[in-house]
Amino acid sequence: MMEQDRLVIGGHTFTSRFILGSGKYSMKLIEAAVRDAGAQIITLAVRRANTKEQESILDYIPEGVTLLPNTSGARNAEEAVRIARLARELGCGDFVKIEIMRDTKYLLPDNQETVRATEILAKEGFVVMPYMYPDLNTARDLVNAGAAAVMPLASPIGSNKGLATREFIQILIDEIDLPIIVDAGIGRPSQACEAMEMGAAAIMANTALATAGDLPLMAAAFRQAIEAGRKAYLSGLGRVLTRGASASDPLTGFLRN
Amino acid sequence: MENQFYVDSKYLSPEALARKHRLETDPSSRADHMAYLPGMEVISSDVCEKVMSQMEAYDYTKYTARDVRAALDHETCSIEDFKALLSPAAEPFLERMAERARRETSRHFGNTVYLFTPLYIANYCENYCVYCGFNCYNHISRMKLDMEQIEHEMAVIAGSGMEEILILTGESRAQSDVQYIGEACKLARKYFRMVGLEIYPVNTDEYRYLHECGADYVTVFQETYDQAKYETLHLLGHKRVWPYRFDAQERALLGGMRGVAFSALLGLSDFRKDALASALHVYYLQRKYPYAEMSLSCPRLRPIINNDKINPLDVGERQLCQILCAYRIFLPYVGITVSSRESARFRNGIVKIAATKISAGVSTGIGDHETKYTGKEDGAQKGDEQFEIDDARSLETMYQDMSGEGLQPVLNDYVYV
Repeated sequence: MMEQDRLVIGGHTFTSRFILGSGKYSMKLIEAAVRDAGAQIITLAVRRANTKEQESILDYIPEGVTLLPNTSGARNAEEAVRIARLARELGCGDFVKIEIMRDTKYLLPDNQETVRATEILAKEGFVVMPYMYPDLNTARDLVNAGAAAVMPLASPIGSNKGLATREFIQILIDEIDLPIIVDAGIGRPSQACEAMEMGAAAIMANTALATAGDLPLMAAAFRQAIEAGRKAYLSGLGRVLTRGASASDPLTGFLRN
Repeated sequence: MENQFYVDSKYLSPEALARKHRLETDPSSRADHMAYLPGMEVISSDVCEKVMSQMEAYDYTKYTARDVRAALDHETCSIEDFKALLSPAAEPFLERMAERARRETSRHFGNTVYLFTPLYIANYCENYCVYCGFNCYNHISRMKLDMEQIEHEMAVIAGSGMEEILILTGESRAQSDVQYIGEACKLARKYFRMVGLEIYPVNTDEYRYLHECGADYVTVFQETYDQAKYETLHLLGHKRVWPYRFDAQERALLGGMRGVAFSALLGLSDFRKDALASALHVYYLQRKYPYAEMSLSCPRLRPIINNDKINPLDVGERQLCQILCAYRIFLPYVGITVSSRESARFRNGIVKIAATKISAGVSTGIGDHETKYTGKEDGAQKGDEQFEIDDARSLETMYQDMSGEGLQPVLNDYVYV
């Protein structure tokens, strides 16, 4: 069954369900993410790509890896749209992760502006992956606006606090027919595993790896955790255990006919 | 009055000297430092009152080791916790504070360190700030670069690989007006990804104009939040008006700037109170303008031309480190810049704990980048430095050194939209 298990985003197919975020970066991190965590999608902050730096991050993206430029730095839909277009001009492809923050302290996404930007960019042919606060109504609006996936946050970005929004992410997984990619706040492989057991389509992480003592080892741990969680989900176990376990003696066993 | 600052230049006329002495010795000869001058915009804001009431009530002697331990144990650092961390009681906890600060820095910024360089385009000044090398009574070589010279300087700096620039002037509206600075910003946009300004405070509409010219970050140092002390250090000129300076960052944000930077000049007054006020200035403005980017600097006094006695007094490296760790723990999301006033040794250490941004390839003089970068003497006129720097590393050396410390140097993290 696992062999046919593919992540499909906007018509593009991936075998890996780990996506590297862009918050902290180093060339070592990218290397470990691809080699040890198996990442096939790597986020790239356009504000950093737009550089003439000696060590341009673009030079370090290996062949075959899909770039996911993000709009970090945008404070409203218009700025996000401009950054997305700039990414396309820079040759980053059609994928774009929308990040719109009007708060520099917690970096929480602005859902309203995110829906607006999604609508504009989807019409322009982008594969739009919006980062959002897990709210069902917003998620539905994002679907209608043409998003290719929905990326709810697990807890504040960089916090490594895990699935603080667990119940709300579960609602999105249950109700939304797009891949739900859990983004931000995943601090440990066990949390990534839990999100995958719940039915998340993929995990995006950065800080958890970037701040690990042994980067390649942590990257490998994430890969295994994500795979384990995915298998548990596909096997049906995750849902049974966490939501609606059945009693060994059926409650309705007394019924006749 | 004991003072490390007053120096008489033999080039001053007897009248100028007499006026200087009168300003220094007779407080009644000075203008009211709390009164706005004509043309200075007054905005309605409660930030100042909030900051000052906290600072005035701050008695750092009442905090104990117990308060410090509690502060370090709290997941979120409250204002009270921050006050404890700034107090003398926290000095024995410096290593623990550094560990906590390092975790916060790593969580919010990873292992990155941003590099930038300042470009002084003019050193004319109409103020008499007794500790500053540019002060109007100090006999130095004055200069203002024309656009051609500015472009040349920018080309030399950009040629070194630098992508972020901070444009500075002395505080003279007559010599370096807003239009002149705006034109410099337009030039800078051609060569750099990020353009910051550290100039005299201006009104909201002027900040808006400068933003439209390409600047997106405004740095204003309050020097000291102690109004009475401020009055004794800034004896003449528009800079003497304390409240207009205090509101500069807020006007810059109202004018559309993306970010603002703050600082006290440590060593001028009670450094613990100044550090508290600097951080609270950031804290309260962030609550009011949550989308704005904020950063803190931590300059200490340095010797200037014609006065090598100026020093940061009681702010030693341990105290500076304590302040920076406390800043980081209280405001984990803000940038912290450590200037070339500090030594290479200190800067190498502090970027691993709390600082996120450092300058490289620095000159605080005017029009001398080519000489300083290439050693080539072009015979052109130069303007003297604002203060003596300590860490003179070039961008290339800094890049290598930071990589060698296990950090990822970043030259640009910014897109102008």
